[in-house]
Amino acid sequence: MTQAVRTRLIGGLIPSLAIVTALLIGGVIIWASGPRLDGPWFGIWFVVEAYQALVEGAFGSRASTIDTVLRTVPYLFTGLAVMVGFRGGMFNIGAEGQLAVGALASAWVGFSVTSLPLIIHLPLVLLTGCLAGAIWGGIAGLLKARTGAHEVITTIMLNYVGGQLAAYLLNGVLRDRSPLNVIAQTPKVAETARLPDLIPGLHSGVILVIGVAVLVWFVLWKTTTGFELRMVGINPDAASYAGVNVVRRMTWAMGVSGLLAGLAGAVQVAGVNYRSTLGFNVGYGFDSIAIALLGRNTVSGVVLSSILFAALRTGATKLQFRTQISTDIISVIQALVLLMIAADQIIRWIYRIGPAQPEAVADATSTAAPVASSESGR
Amino acid sequence: MTRGRFAFIIGCIGMLVGGAEVLRSPDVSASIVAASMLATMLRFATPLTLGALAGLLCERSGVANIAIEGMMLSAAFGAFLGAAATKNLLIGVLAGMAVGVAMATLHAWLSVSLRVDQIVSGTVINIMAAGITGFLSTEVVRRQALVGAGLLPALRIPVLADLPVVGPVFQQQPIAWVSLLLVPITHLVIFHTPWGLRLRSVGELPRAAHAAGINVIRTRYTAVMIGGAIAGIGGAYFTLESVPAFEPLMTNGRGFIALAALIFGGWTPAGAWAASLLFGAANALHINAQQFGIPVPAQIVGMFPYLLTIVILAGVIGRVSPPAAVGTPYEAD
Repeated sequence: MTQAVRTRLIGGLIPSLAIVTALLIGGVIIWASGPRLDGPWFGIWFVVEAYQALVEGAFGSRASTIDTVLRTVPYLFTGLAVMVGFRGGMFNIGAEGQLAVGALASAWVGFSVTSLPLIIHLPLVLLTGCLAGAIWGGIAGLLKARTGAHEVITTIMLNYVGGQLAAYLLNGVLRDRSPLNVIAQTPKVAETARLPDLIPGLHSGVILVIGVAVLVWFVLWKTTTGFELRMVGINPDAASYAGVNVVRRMTWAMGVSGLLAGLAGAVQVAGVNYRSTLGFNVGYGFDSIAIALLGRNTVSGVVLSSILFAALRTGATKLQFRTQISTDIISVIQALVLLMIAADQIIRWIYRIGPAQPEAVADATSTAAPVASSESGR
Repeated sequence: MTRGRFAFIIGCIGMLVGGAEVLRSPDVSASIVAASMLATMLRFATPLTLGALAGLLCERSGVANIAIEGMMLSAAFGAFLGAAATKNLLIGVLAGMAVGVAMATLHAWLSVSLRVDQIVSGTVINIMAAGITGFLSTEVVRRQALVGAGLLPALRIPVLADLPVVGPVFQQQPIAWVSLLLVPITHLVIFHTPWGLRLRSVGELPRAAHAAGINVIRTRYTAVMIGGAIAGIGGAYFTLESVPAFEPLMTNGRGFIALAALIFGGWTPAGAWAASLLFGAANALHINAQQFGIPVPAQIVGMFPYLLTIVILAGVIGRVSPPAAVGTPYEAD
């Protein structure tokens, strides 16, 4: 077995073991919070029953599978967003805010413009979302590159600014004025601004997200721009000596990251909700970081982890219905997965796997920590 | 932290309170606006001050801390549980501190011992705190139908508390008083004790500190854990001083605002406290704007502190610099 193959195998092994271990610990928690009946085997049966309900809830029927796919779409967009940031050495905690402004902007274009054909209107709606997200992320990238303001803090702050902006607009000029509406949301977007259904109940944003995932892979690994970006992510000083325009690449990384998160918002508007509602973006910020880390900042990994996260979230309802265990158990399991991914020493210790090979570290696929972001301080 | 920055923050607070006075509708009296602004500002600033001091100890030792939110959230739950189970508010506060220390120890173990990226470690703690408290609050609190043990009573300073307008300053609950006491105490410890000097040296140039015989790892652990205890008091504020119940995600981003206050104040206790007051004043204006009849949209006022933090970080109004070693794990070799 060559070194490269070995490294790649271990690269996939550790996330898998982390998931298995987290599910085992989750099982113990489910057992501990379940009822006490019928002797010692009941507990084990109860845990099996709970996880069976989880799987059935996520993939058991046509409707639940569609639901899982629908949830995967925004996770995949935002997971890719955070991943692109990481690859360029930028830690984007702002996916939540970028998604919010993307959704706002696309909903605005979606309902205020009414006389365009779908072939023009829909792309316009999606591109507006991209642009808004790219600006929101790009601000953080530009500030980091020009002034050294740490992107972790600026993106957190921009999340709040975005949240307040959304609250202002959704209670003001963008608010649905129909007398039946009592909450802060936009009117529904025009028919021409909606993603057509692929099959009933499943919008064609699924095709878009797969296309975008392939595009991200191609740009990052097959183009000079992508190479420069990854170089800046691994060592900005070396990249600078090699003639890479570090300022431009950092801004680019955060801009593209924001663009993808903004597109996530736009697709939710055009495909699922048909409007932007205050607060629907909450939670995506940290979930997307978890997805990027679990996927080890590779496109295939991010695809798999976003499917996993979507399935867990979708299946949780059935788990709760059948066992009375709170759906929050999913957050606990996710946190455990992330803990063991971040500190893969834990997994290596439990399963007696040797320490990371030097090659794996240099490839930055081991721990997701972008070298640039941790070394340049804030 | 320069005097200029301190004056700038005080000026901003004055501007917000002054703005409220100028823009208030004539139906609302000036003294009511002032008293209400002051009371809300102090109330809001309490968890921010404590969170910022927690972050300060951590970051001054060279460990970035975006986990203040998670530490405060889990401590809020711990404090609620402790108080509800024993019907003793003091035990509640201690339970909150214990939970804060436990989360801080996890942060230290991950980022100092295992050398996980400190931001990643903070993210883990934030996600974990949200998940565990959400799960436990439905499983334990609702099933056992636990009822809160009430709120900590306000401690009044006689006579002064009866003064008009400034009365609220002299009539605060214990955790608010503790936050005020901890500001000068932290200042003294950080800047005027040998331990504080060692702490700062570890945060600036750990290799040199190591050469001078300072145990870098132990110093960082101690600082992060004391920070966790302070964040724990801050968490207890939510369930023992604000409302006598626990709600999932009830800290509502206050830990991140505390982090902003820490940066705004240039990583000094007095600066962080002043910035917490500024954020409190902005929040007071934000939530009272309608009641005072102020024509500026509340949300625009609400953006102000965050925009200002970005501007300050970008160095437009005087640059602040973090401790040099923040974010870098220390490897002894």
